[in-house]
Parts: sequence; C-alpha cells; structure tokens
Amino acid sequence: MSAIASKARPPQGDLAFSKDQGNIVVIALRYLALMIVDAFALILIYGFLEDQNLGLALILGVITVGANIFVLVPSLFPIKWMTPGLMLITLLVIYPVFYTVLTAFTNRADGHILNKSQVVDLLGQQRYVPEGAQLYEWTLYRSEDGTYALWLTGDDGNVAFAPAGAPIIEVESPPEEAPPTYEGYTQLTRAERTQALTEIQNLVFGEGEDTAGIQGRSQAARPLESRYVYDEERDALIDQSTGTAYIADNQEGLFRAERGSEVLQPGYQVNVGFRNFERLVNDPGLRGPLLQVFVWTVTFALLSVLTTFAVGLFMALILNDNAIPGRKIIRSLLIIPYAIPGVIAIGVWRGMLNENLGIIGAGLGSGIGWQTDPWGVKFGILLINLWLGYPYMMLISSGALQAIPSEVYEAAAVDGATPVQRFWRITLPLLLITMGPLLIASFTYNFNNFLIIEAYNAGNPPIPGTNTPAGYSDILISYTYRLAFGAGRGADYGYAAAITIIIFAIVAIITLMQFRLTRRWEEAGANV
Amino acid sequence: MSSTAKQPASSSYQHVESRSVMSQRERIFTLTFRFTIIGIAIFFALYPVIYVISAAFNPLGTLSTRSLIPQGIDEFSDLFTNFRTLLVDEIEIFPFWNWLFNSILVATISTTLSVLVCALAAYSFSRFRFNGRRSLLLGILLIQVFPNLLSFVALFLMLQQIGRLADVIPQALPFLSFIDWGFLRLFGLDSLGGLILVYLGGAMGINTWLMKGFFDTIPRDIDESAMVDGATHDQTFWMLIFPLVRPILAVVGVLSFVGTFNEFVLARFLLRDNDNFTLMVGLFSFVSAEFSQNWGKFAAGSLIAATPIVIVYLLLQDQIVGGLTQGAVKG
Repeated sequence: MSAIASKARPPQGDLAFSKDQGNIVVIALRYLALMIVDAFALILIYGFLEDQNLGLALILGVITVGANIFVLVPSLFPIKWMTPGLMLITLLVIYPVFYTVLTAFTNRADGHILNKSQVVDLLGQQRYVPEGAQLYEWTLYRSEDGTYALWLTGDDGNVAFAPAGAPIIEVESPPEEAPPTYEGYTQLTRAERTQALTEIQNLVFGEGEDTAGIQGRSQAARPLESRYVYDEERDALIDQSTGTAYIADNQEGLFRAERGSEVLQPGYQVNVGFRNFERLVNDPGLRGPLLQVFVWTVTFALLSVLTTFAVGLFMALILNDNAIPGRKIIRSLLIIPYAIPGVIAIGVWRGMLNENLGIIGAGLGSGIGWQTDPWGVKFGILLINLWLGYPYMMLISSGALQAIPSEVYEAAAVDGATPVQRFWRITLPLLLITMGPLLIASFTYNFNNFLIIEAYNAGNPPIPGTNTPAGYSDILISYTYRLAFGAGRGADYGYAAAITIIIFAIVAIITLMQFRLTRRWEEAGANV
Repeated sequence: MSSTAKQPASSSYQHVESRSVMSQRERIFTLTFRFTIIGIAIFFALYPVIYVISAAFNPLGTLSTRSLIPQGIDEFSDLFTNFRTLLVDEIEIFPFWNWLFNSILVATISTTLSVLVCALAAYSFSRFRFNGRRSLLLGILLIQVFPNLLSFVALFLMLQQIGRLADVIPQALPFLSFIDWGFLRLFGLDSLGGLILVYLGGAMGINTWLMKGFFDTIPRDIDESAMVDGATHDQTFWMLIFPLVRPILAVVGVLSFVGTFNEFVLARFLLRDNDNFTLMVGLFSFVSAEFSQNWGKFAAGSLIAATPIVIVYLLLQDQIVGGLTQGAVKG
C-alpha cells in the first residue's frame, strides 16, 4: 500500500500545495461563475413563471438556492462535492415522481392541456365578422419566410394590403390589378392558393384592432372582432356573434353553453381530486382490462423469474465441475444472449416467430399463434424472456454455488443423502438465502419490463370491448404508456399518472420486502 | 475422503462424488449427459444469433428464407447486399450513420458526466463525516427504487415545458434576445440533450453507491498523509485518489456506456424525429413497419451494432459478474 502511495504522489515541487482559498483571482473567478449560473437560472425561472409553470419554476428555484448555499457556506464543503449530483437527482428523479402524483389528481389529457387563463387567452384570439364589416375580394401573397398576406380590393375601390401579424397598409393610388410582388411578398398562383386555403382560413391578417380574415374562396372581411370575451363576474365566455354565454364548469374543466350541452374546445386543466382513482374502481370499461392486465403482469413477472432461475441454476449445476473441458468457453457462449442489446434480440425473435414467414413461427412452431393468439403471444414473450434472462441467473447462481462450503456436502454424503436430497435440502435453501434479494429484484425488473412487451408485440392482440387501448399481452407499465400516448384515442395523462402511482406503490411494497430480506437497510446504515 | 479434504473450499460437491463414489462407467455416463444438456443449451442460446448473422449476409433480405446458408450468391460482393442497401442505397430514408452518431454522442456525454459527477459525490460520502450523511445515502438508495422509466409521463411533459422556453423567454424578456434562446430546444422534447439529461438523472443513485464502495477500499492513510503535507481536498482528490480509482472508473464507464447505448424505452418515448433517433430506436423502426422487407437491413444493422457490444461483454464478463451481485442489473 505504501508503494502505491509513494508511486501516486508526484514530486513535492510540482504539487504547489498553496491553499487556493487564498488566491484572490481564483475566488473572483469562482464568484463570477456562480453569478453567471445564478443569472441564467433566474432567467429560466422567470420564463417558467411566464409560461404559468409554477412547478418547474419552484423546483429550479430550490435547486439554485441550495446550490448557492452549498457552494458558499464553507462548513458545508462535503455537500459541495455532491451538488451537481443532488441537483440532477432533484430535478430528474424526485421532481418527476412528485409531478406524476400531482398529475394524477388532474384531468390533464388531450383537450385539457392548458390552464384556464391560457384557454381564455387562446379562445380570445378567435375572430368573427361583426355586422357592418366591409367586404373585400382577396388575392394571396407569401413572403420568403412563409408569412401570408392578403391584397384586398373593396367594392368601393378601396385597396389595402394585410400581412398576417403586421399592421394593414392602405394602398394609395392602387394599380388596376394586384401586382406580382409587393413589399417583399410574392403573389401566389391559383393552384398554390387552393393548397394554402386550409392553412389560411383561420388566420388573422393585420394587427391589433384592425384585422381582416377570409370568408370564402373569394371574399374577405374587415375589421374582425374578438369572438369570445371573458366575463369575470359570470365566470363565462360570451360568444359575441350569437350572445351565448359559455359558463365555466370548474369540475370538468370546460366552458359549457348556458343552455344545451355544447362545449368549447379546448377545455382546461383542473384539479379533480380522486376522480381518476374512482374511475379505476367504478368504470367497468376501465376496471375490466385493468384487472386482466394486472393479473398478467404478476404472472409474467413470476413466471419469468421462475423459468430463468430454473434454467440458469440447472446450467450452473451442470457446469459446476472442473472435470468439464472448455468450461470457460462454454460459459462465454452461453452468456451471449445476455450481451446482445435487448431490442435487437427481441427483434430477431420477432422475426423468427413471425406467423406468416418466420422460420419457427411458420415452420416447426406454426399453429401456436405467436403474434395473434392471446396465449401464443404470452408463451412467446416468456420464451424470449427465458432466452434473454437465463444467463444472468446462471452467472449469479454459479457464484452462489461456489460460496457453499464443501464440508456441508461431505457431511451429507457421510449421512447417506442422495444427490436429489442434497439438492433440495442443502443446495436450494442455501442458494435462496443469498439469491433471494436478487430474485426479488428480478421480479421488480420484470414487473416493469416495458421493453419486451413493446418490442415483441406492442401489447397486442387487443382486448375487445374496452374503452381504453388495452392488449392481452400488456403489462401495467405498457398499458399506462398506451393510455398516456394512446394511438387514435387521445392521450389521457391524468389517468395514466393514476395507474403509475399504483405501480409506485406495488414496487415500494416489493422493495420493502426485499430490504427486509437482505437487511440491506441495516447494512447500509452500518457500513456508512 | 482424505484426498478430497485437501481440495480448496470452492470445489463443488459433484467433484467430491465423481472422485470417490462413482465408477468409471458412471463418470462417462454423467459427462455424456452433461454434454448433451450443454449442447442443447448452446443450440438454444446461439440459434437466433446464427440466424441473424446468416440473414445479414443473405442477399434476398426477406424473412421467408428457410435456409441458414445464404442463397443466390454469384460473386463475393453479393454477401454484402444488405449492408450496401442499408449504408448506401437507402441512407436517405434511414439515416443509419446519424443514428449511430447520435447513440455514440449520447452515450459518451452521459457516461462521462455521470462518472465524474458520481465520483465527486461518492468521494464525499466515502471520506467526509457530516450531519445528514446517513439520511442522504439512504435517501439516494430509496429513490433508486423508482426507476425514472416509471415517471415517463412527467418526464415527457417536463421536456416539453423546457423546450417551450425557447419561445417564451425572448417574448417575455425582449432585452435578452441578443442570446439565441433557441438552444433550449436542444434540451426539450425530441432532442438528444433532453435524453442525456434524463439518462444522467437515472444513473446517479446506483453509480454513486457503486463508486462509494470503490473509494472505501482505498486506504484513508493516503489522504491523510497528503493532508498533513498541506494539500486541499480538491488536490487530494484529483492528484491522488482519482488516479488510483481510474481503472475501476473506466470499467464502470464502459459498462454504463454500453447500457446507455443499448437503452431503448426512454429514447423511444422522448425522440420523435427520424434524424434524432438513437441506433436502437432506429433499428426498431425496421421491425415495427413492413418487417418482411426490412428484415435484411435490420439484420445487417443489428450485426454492426451488436458485435462490438458482445465483444465488450465477453471481455469484461468477470467484472460484470462482480457488478451483478452488487445490484448493477443490466438496463
């Protein structure tokens, strides 16, 4: 050890052991760097506040203040060393968990993304043509950066040029025809104009009070007025064109017509308390697939652990003999499945098990329904997971086998125990003590093994008759994913977050058992 | 039995019985039995591997091929038809080099940063005694229970919000528009920067714990003697301790690089644009659409991607076995 120390220590002369605390330049630079970081953080926080994002603003504030304290207070120097790590963990691990919990109590979903004042602003931007507005013929122009503009010719001979998002220009002494270019804008051909029609039909041309918009294929109107005006007293949006009041429903996060059932799109985000959780229990369309998915999740995780452990242990026992030639090479060959990136491995299996063309799926193993039959798919997933997972179990069980003292077996042999008895009475119980925690960890890992489900068959085949996108091979986490980013049905983040919380709880309980079993908790406390 | 008693404690019980109890015939029988099992296991383990290698070199490039030996080879270059399709002919549609570059970039940056940041934290946990140290350590262990995959909804929304700042800040603070705030989009949704952030956060806990273990094995006398000579903590760490743990950090780095390189799920959540894909997300895009036609390209790309990784795993298998029992489960 002393040899290491003397080797590692550079010559005294090179190591200028001057305390850098004393160096004014270093201190100045340090404070300057901190000031720049703080200024930057402040700008970001302001930005988040401006975007009505209280959560990220708050957490960034906490992180910045914390970092400053740790760096500036000399007595906290041990924590100074972990400041970057703590910042990352707080922002990217703790806050997301916290944010998931918050989201679970909202109705956040497609159509309920913005908060109320943002929705009021957004709807406030919609325009309508009031009575008495002037009508124009329009010709479409576009600038190089893609901004559109209208050349407006009025019935009374008035001509104006209205770019989107900029003031309308009155054209004095206009030419007979609309010119090919004007103020950097180029006139579009009839075909281009037809193409652009969907893009411009809701566009507001002009700025502020004086705006124009197109009414049809050839007609435009000016000025436009705000269609929805927010009435604070009634907490409602009043449609200026019809006079209908849309009252805010702060339970559902919607503006609903005073009479009738019409609602304005989009809705806004509100707190819904435990409603997402109540839906899980009460809504039969949700409860049915959720229960089914849950049962398969547990079965899948349990069977995965059992099969990989059984095969892995069996192979470890087979190889656990010095008399076998080439043991090292055999072991290397057997762990290759573990070394191959998971997506690639699953992709290859997916090809081999393809029901129409695959070498197994359409050959020897045809008729199992590897990708279409609920049971066939589950069987396929377990088979692939066995292939992926047994090397891990083999590696750790051979390690654990080595640790069992040979005296135990000698004693058993003297007592006349058969090999089978020795396995069940000695090897397995002793192995389970050391491997128990790892088996539980493997269970937790598979419980959330999104990769294999998604990459093999994306949860298919779908369960019929549900109002959520659930599949027979979906596990909780992949089902949650489909709810959150559901194809075609619209994302429901609030409900997805509620299920995530259930997963959190299950994982926490399993891990608690694991800690109990390993006493890792106490160990961790003891060896620190 | 006296001869077996001299065997080292690690020798197994099968060994014991093969020497003492079994006859020659029984031993041959057991070995045959074992080798039959080993043969079946190797077949099971390697069949998909051989299958994908053969598919990569098969010029037909379709899933329906039944033969493991590539068919229709007229000249040597026919073997590389799939590679040519993937890397030359269709590079405009499937930007393979982009994907590879993205993967290497993301894995390099997140591994380097995470090893550095975790080494600093681990050094502090290993060397300093301070109030709240125990709770912090246990807290980090607890947090690790919830992999950040579980909070993907929140991470998705957060990155979206960060990316939005690129538009919000210049509007809210126009006097700051001399800075191009568009760079914030590099950390938003569908960006490699955002993905790196997420990976960094996820790797913190486990790496800190692992490295704390390594630092604990280095005798404290080394630090103390340096301190006596008047070195600061920073100097002790960078000039003495860091060089000593560098080999271990390198192994952790390589494994974490491979883990990040292989990561698929989070990358799939957060990346949307074809050009931004990492290699695994890109390869998966072959699998998810028109699989039969893309099979050859998928096989060729997989071979390129997986070969270096398999080699690394086989070279480092002893370290991996060591890391496995410490809880560093493959991601």
